[in-house]
Amino acid sequence: MKARFRPGETVAVRAAYPPGHIRTPYYVRGKRGVIERICGEFANPEELAFGRDGLPKRALYRVRFRQRQVWPDYAGAGEDTVDVEIFEHWLEPAAGEGAG
Amino acid sequence: MRRHHDMGGLPDGPVDTSAHDAELWEKRVDAVRNLLGQKNLLRTDEHRRHIEDLPPGDYDGMSYYERWILSISHHLIGKGVFTSDELGRKIAEVEAREAKDRERYR
Repeated sequence: MKARFRPGETVAVRAAYPPGHIRTPYYVRGKRGVIERICGEFANPEELAFGRDGLPKRALYRVRFRQRQVWPDYAGAGEDTVDVEIFEHWLEPAAGEGAG
Repeated sequence: MRRHHDMGGLPDGPVDTSAHDAELWEKRVDAVRNLLGQKNLLRTDEHRRHIEDLPPGDYDGMSYYERWILSISHHLIGKGVFTSDELGRKIAEVEAREAKDRERYR
């Protein structure tokens, strides 16, 4: 499998809002996180949702975000995180420490 | 723009976590959905898309399996498995039969 990102890399979720069946939650779009692991590769659900085969398969990552990054008014501990599984075509390389 | 179903993180009331038994019709909807999956007539992502496409009022007002049966109906009409007219007539037929049964066993 050709995965573009490696665990530990900082990534940014694309701030895109297309219609259709999108698995990337609204609340992480435009946010920065760190690749926690590569989950594998899977047919693209955005295509499967419309009856197509969803091929070629896309790499899926578990991305870890700081809660304070995601929710500006987050009142919990600074080290609290949330993990979200996101397909590669929703991620871009980002400078700096996204989850820091 | 945020789509209606994509509501993660929005404020809302407490979640009702009490257990409840599924009604007979709900079990039937579940069985139909399983069969459609086995016959490659409905994929999970297609099912989710139809549910997400429900108007916000329907999405909020309907129960879990009400959303399912509507998704399944829209999907099978789209696939040409039956027409809206056939489904509408069948629903009327079943309603009439059940009304008659209620009358008989009252």
